Amino acid sequence: MRMKLFLFVLLALFMTAVVVAQEDTEIDSVVTVSPPAPVANLVGVDTPNDNGHSISLSWELSPDDATLGGTVTKYVIMRSESADGPFIVRDTVAAGMTKKADNGVKEIEAEDYFARNTDFYYKLVALAGDLKSESEVFGPVRGVGQWFNTGKWSVVAAVGLFTLVTLFFIRRAKSGAKLYIRPLAGIDAVDEAIGRATEMGKPILYVLGLGTASDIATIASFTILSRVAKKVAEYQTSILVPCYDPIVMTIAQETVKTSYYDAGRPDAYNEDDVFFVTNQQFAYVGAVNGLMIREKPATNFYLGKFYAESLIMAETGSASGAIQIAGTDEVTQIPFFVVACDYTLIGEELYAASAYLGREPVLLGTLKGQDYGKAMVIASILIGIGAALVGWTGYVDLFYVGP
Amino acid sequence: MKKEIPLFIVFITGLFMAVQFFVPHAKSEWVYEYMLDWTIIIGVFALALGIWSFVRVATNKIRRKSENWQYSIVALAGLFGMIIFGLGFWGGVESYMFRNFFNFVMVPLHATMFSLLAFFIASAAFRAFRAHSLLASVLLLSAIIIMIRFNPFLGPLSEPIDSLASWILNFPNMAAKRAIVIGIGLGMVATALKVILGIERTYLGGD
Repeated sequence: MRMKLFLFVLLALFMTAVVVAQEDTEIDSVVTVSPPAPVANLVGVDTPNDNGHSISLSWELSPDDATLGGTVTKYVIMRSESADGPFIVRDTVAAGMTKKADNGVKEIEAEDYFARNTDFYYKLVALAGDLKSESEVFGPVRGVGQWFNTGKWSVVAAVGLFTLVTLFFIRRAKSGAKLYIRPLAGIDAVDEAIGRATEMGKPILYVLGLGTASDIATIASFTILSRVAKKVAEYQTSILVPCYDPIVMTIAQETVKTSYYDAGRPDAYNEDDVFFVTNQQFAYVGAVNGLMIREKPATNFYLGKFYAESLIMAETGSASGAIQIAGTDEVTQIPFFVVACDYTLIGEELYAASAYLGREPVLLGTLKGQDYGKAMVIASILIGIGAALVGWTGYVDLFYVGP
Repeated sequence: MKKEIPLFIVFITGLFMAVQFFVPHAKSEWVYEYMLDWTIIIGVFALALGIWSFVRVATNKIRRKSENWQYSIVALAGLFGMIIFGLGFWGGVESYMFRNFFNFVMVPLHATMFSLLAFFIASAAFRAFRAHSLLASVLLLSAIIIMIRFNPFLGPLSEPIDSLASWILNFPNMAAKRAIVIGIGLGMVATALKVILGIERTYLGGD
């Protein structure tokens, strides 16, 4: 009986072992799905022409990449300061991509801080659903800031050439050479416009636009304001300068004040004539339009940076019967001024106006430089047309400007 | 010395800003941002001067009973009202009064001024599009083509007019715009040179 029981238990154990072994075999046959192949040749280099807070990575796609018909749908970029880890996730890129820059910010307290001059190690994890495979670790690599952006050689060359040409003409002008400059109707009309205001006993309205003191158009407008204010002081009329920016107002006050001094009329200067209105675009328009309707200035100058308010002001000025002279470097606003104003300084004429009004030889030299600069641009375009016709694409590359 | 020191500062900072454009290094960026921070600081002080100027001009108008002096009272009330409502003890910029004045007074006023543009465009277009010369006629024709491209009732003409309008915008119009932009670029560099080299110094006041 005991023997039978022993044999029965032995048989039961054997059967159990067989069943378990079979189950293991079945499970093994299910889990035999292998992870995807990892990416190969992961390489990281310091990103060129940057501030040092970036590493550019490149790799060869996993053979199981989705774009190659495989199962890998994305790659996770991981970084560590040691080859052994721990690695942190930096970015995720879609299947098919073979390069990506690991960018960060320079602020230490920021979450995305990227340390310069620090050794980093990278690996890429290829993901295919729940399966993944890791590339070999690449490193060390470090981000280093550059002292010259080699992508901007063409800009250096162009600005350098233009500067040389301008300096040449300034030198010629200083030596007493007579330089011809074509007349500009808008500039020629300035004296007439100020004279008209004097005759009518009405003020002149000078609008510097919505630019800040760091905008070149506003700086150019200051130089014109200086000339206009001097003439206004000489003609003994008055000028109103409503300002949009408080810094612009401060400079404009100083400019007008000195012009009155230069004209020998410091007593005629009234600080309240150059005043701050608001730095809200349409509130400013409302104030300037109100000024036009109440004061009825004989002449309106709109010189500087203008946006959507240009036509609202210029049309109101036109309706009030004032002579209007405008100039801006905002290409989209030029048509509005052309339509609504008597004279418009188009584009670079705004920058030339000060030299025209001053008639100083040195300033006229810069105008000549501008003209020759334009001639050089025209020549470059013509050569470019020729190069395109003969299939020389390298010519275009000469003008490439990097990021 | 009154002019020499500012001119020297302009030369140094102007030169630095020009060189900085070509230097991506973090140290160069740091100096650049430091200088920009200073412009913000100066701007804050200048704002106080601006407000002072505004208040003085408005109060002078009220005192002298200039034309429409009543508007100056509204302007001053708006200025000081928003300052008071925006102060901490009223709940700051999130307070009921501040938000409602902003949303239901200031924003509609701005929108009203902006919407005037539509009428001004119409009146300006009426003046501009008169065929009084050959060039004006070309302008008129181009304007008509550009405008009618959006007309939904063109039928079979829709496609050729759309192509013609695109051609006008992409070729003659774009060429003219780019010519102006190139001129502006050169003018900017020339003006910057004049300022950096101290040739143009009228912005300092006087010649």
